[in-house]
Amino acid sequence: MSGLLAYVSRRLAVTFLILLAVSFAVYLIFAFLPFDPASLTCGKNCNDPGIIEANRVRLGYDKPFYEQYWIFLVGLFAGRNYGEGAAAIHCAAPSFGYSFQQHACVTDLLGDALPVTLALAIGALVLWLVLGIGLGVLSARFRGRFLDTASTIFVLIGTSLPTFLTGLMLIIFVVIKWHILPFPAGGYKSPFEDPLGWLNMMILPWITLAFAYAALYTRFVRSQVIETSTEDFIRTARAKGLSERVILGKHTLRAALAPIATMAGLDFAGLMGGAILTEAVFNLPGLGRLSLGAVLDYDLPIIVATTLLAAAIVVFMNLVLDLVYAFIDPRVRV
Amino acid sequence: MSLLSVRDLRVEFSTPDGIVKAVDGISFDVNQGETLAIVGESGSGKSVSNLAYMGLLPKGKTKISGSVILQTQNGPVDLIGLEPDAIRKIRGKDIAMIFQDPMSALHPFYSIGDQLIEAHQAHNDVAKEVSRARAVELLSLVGVADAQERLRAYPHQFSGGMRQRVMIAMALMNNPSVLIADEPTTALDVTVQAQILKLIADLQKQFKMAVILITHDLGVVAGAADRVNVMYAGKLVESAGVDELYAKPKMPYTVGLLGSVPRMDRPHEDRLTAIPGQPPSLMKLSAGCAFAPRCSRKGEVPGNKCETTSPELIEISSGHLSRCHLYEGKTK
Repeated sequence: MSGLLAYVSRRLAVTFLILLAVSFAVYLIFAFLPFDPASLTCGKNCNDPGIIEANRVRLGYDKPFYEQYWIFLVGLFAGRNYGEGAAAIHCAAPSFGYSFQQHACVTDLLGDALPVTLALAIGALVLWLVLGIGLGVLSARFRGRFLDTASTIFVLIGTSLPTFLTGLMLIIFVVIKWHILPFPAGGYKSPFEDPLGWLNMMILPWITLAFAYAALYTRFVRSQVIETSTEDFIRTARAKGLSERVILGKHTLRAALAPIATMAGLDFAGLMGGAILTEAVFNLPGLGRLSLGAVLDYDLPIIVATTLLAAAIVVFMNLVLDLVYAFIDPRVRV
Repeated sequence: MSLLSVRDLRVEFSTPDGIVKAVDGISFDVNQGETLAIVGESGSGKSVSNLAYMGLLPKGKTKISGSVILQTQNGPVDLIGLEPDAIRKIRGKDIAMIFQDPMSALHPFYSIGDQLIEAHQAHNDVAKEVSRARAVELLSLVGVADAQERLRAYPHQFSGGMRQRVMIAMALMNNPSVLIADEPTTALDVTVQAQILKLIADLQKQFKMAVILITHDLGVVAGAADRVNVMYAGKLVESAGVDELYAKPKMPYTVGLLGSVPRMDRPHEDRLTAIPGQPPSLMKLSAGCAFAPRCSRKGEVPGNKCETTSPELIEISSGHLSRCHLYEGKTK
């Protein structure tokens, strides 16, 4: 157990260094973009040099690049003030900066968007894992039979349809034409305040995302199960006289699903960077929409923050996956 | 009455290129406590014939016929054509198997204790503790030290020889009457091979099992077997007691096989002889003897008979069967 603790703390230290490097790289890229962040702060049609210069000083863009980066890092841990005196804006730690387009601390914006994307990603993940693994196992078990053929068609459709099309079709048919679900009016609802309204909002986005991923997973699970069932240890299990149910459910699945944990973890991390199209189609105020808006508005602090957050999630997810994998496969344990 | 009686066993695979007769009508008997070695090259049908009646061949494209009568506690049972659930109850209980590569034959994700206990639980309606005790007992029996502790270990924590011992322990969990050992020593070091063979022989006496030893290693056969079946192209071509076979091999293929093995009791100046050519494709077997294209003595049989007529398996002396035109009419 102490070995595990040492391993995790070592990995966390490495994770921290990676994130530092990523933040530097991201900061570097945006510092040398051919935009003047200060003039962007006062809007696209603003050319009052007084305001621009005042904002430049307030946001620290007048300082050299390395100093800006240092201030950014300090802000992450200690919070940051923009301006001085009564007019100062305070962004508490961890401060990712201040968005002049939205007139808000970036951290607050992230705080609003993250739960939405998290809910979207977790719901979709559960749905596509259940669907993908279930269908994959069944089509491997009944290879070449009707069910397998049907799932092949599902896979073909699922992988071919882009999410914005699936999403739009779901809205058109399920909500508008068939009235199966009420139209999700109003903004995003918290699951704690309005669980039904929240569910009504999330169910179609979940299905949209899960549809695309489930198709891929069905294919992958199917080939994994078929491949695993030719392994010698499966023949041993059969030679022992175990029932087919135990052979499939215990021996085959455990070995076949190990790589799926890795795949699911990385896909989940990828979604956490923002399912931009799905969020846009369903008007969900998640990270994807936040980034998209930021890119369109040249809102640099938000772009830096979402990029960094996405990187952090991927790196952290890798750590989690390694731990999960060690749990699944004893050969990986130290 | 023999313990296991195989009659006219045939196994055919349908492939996109045609039908492959992997096993072409073999018959043999195995008695209690006896070790029968089945030797032959890869593709001769030695493994497939045993996997077939165990119900371990992929279904669908495989056709199995003949009969394989096993004497069980509930009387004789024909294993061919048994319902999947019925043959499952025999597998691992009456007939157990061990395989060539003990690394890949054990599940890498489960502890060996888990895998041993599972083998017992599959056939016995007893508490898990009973199965665990049995697992400890058998692990100690096959020579794994600290059996109680080692139950928690995973296959990758064992050496190759130790893994094969675990496989043997697993096979014996339910006191089988027949143990099929499919190339049990091929993947092991030579020194370990001898230990494993000795272990199997010792346990055979203790458990009063019949052992079917499938191998291509004639050195292994000489030390371990009572009887030897030589297979070629899906057919049994020679069958005799082990001493008889080594002393007086009849069928030219057997002679060739024995000639290709280095022996301590021959002058070391003698060169090993190889059998020329390749085993035939099982899809394009001629009407004649399958070995004829490689046979050095086919000229001795008059009238091109080896190329045109398939020889029958005949008893040329008591308990010595051979499938060769050379010995027709010279029986006993």
